[in-house]
Amino acid sequence: MVKVFIYPATSLILSDMVARYGHTPLSSAVAIRERIQTAGLESAPLQITPEEPKKGLKWAAVEVPAGVRGRMALYGPMIEASEAAIIINDADLAFGCMGCARTNELIKFLLHQKDIPRLELNYPKNEEDGVRFVAAIKRFLTGLGGTK
Amino acid sequence: MTAYTPVHVGTVTKYVVVESFDFTPADLGIRAYEISKGVMIKETCFGLVINGKEEEVDRIIAELRKLDPEHIFVKDRGFPPGDARRCRANLGGARPGYNGMEYEMTVIPYVSHGLEELNIRDENTIPEPENPLEHKALDIARLRKLIDAQES
Repeated sequence: MVKVFIYPATSLILSDMVARYGHTPLSSAVAIRERIQTAGLESAPLQITPEEPKKGLKWAAVEVPAGVRGRMALYGPMIEASEAAIIINDADLAFGCMGCARTNELIKFLLHQKDIPRLELNYPKNEEDGVRFVAAIKRFLTGLGGTK
Repeated sequence: MTAYTPVHVGTVTKYVVVESFDFTPADLGIRAYEISKGVMIKETCFGLVINGKEEEVDRIIAELRKLDPEHIFVKDRGFPPGDARRCRANLGGARPGYNGMEYEMTVIPYVSHGLEELNIRDENTIPEPENPLEHKALDIARLRKLIDAQES
């Protein structure tokens, strides 16, 4: 079973596909769950504490906005743990303010820097695209080996 | 700052999204209740939210998937069902993060079609999708169409 980072990290389709073909999707829900199930100080809604931007310094410099560093405290460890990645490039749903947008750019940059198998896709726009989309993901995931 | 005591520690929460002509979220809910043991199930407009021990949640999801494998999609969720920090009953309006799922629901029929096709076709015979990182030159047929549209 291979840990596959998915981008957008909240994607239902990618999360399902990775699990369907026997691998482990690394999505933002996993990182959020870890935080909201850990006792500490109340920091609603996501239990992101002032500690997170400090942890984010590992991936982004100190002059980078705290919003980016805080988000990287969630995604950075998952990118490091990932053994493969699937990236959807035209994911308009991953829009956002400076924090989200820059974090997304940094996530894609780090994934491109990392020497791991990577699949680059766009969302399907018709049924034939859908067939190609699913076939590409299946080929990629079965090619990783180690399915459960 | 106040102390934070987490609830449902050691559990997982998963969304089961159904986009099917044959099954509604209510059908899935009834089936899930029939086979569940010690999990929390919430029926929503798009499917179910199931919270419980990982093995039990995975077992229920594996059973639910058998109903319509190409039209049932599953993903993890960080918060348990009905959590006041996320539930729209407390916040009003759409749940934060719903826009992403709402967009993907428009694409899911194509993905379902792809999954159905792969049951009857070999994935190695299907051509690669276009590479999004490739620089695309203007297609000559499209250029011709644009010129024709300008002239008429």
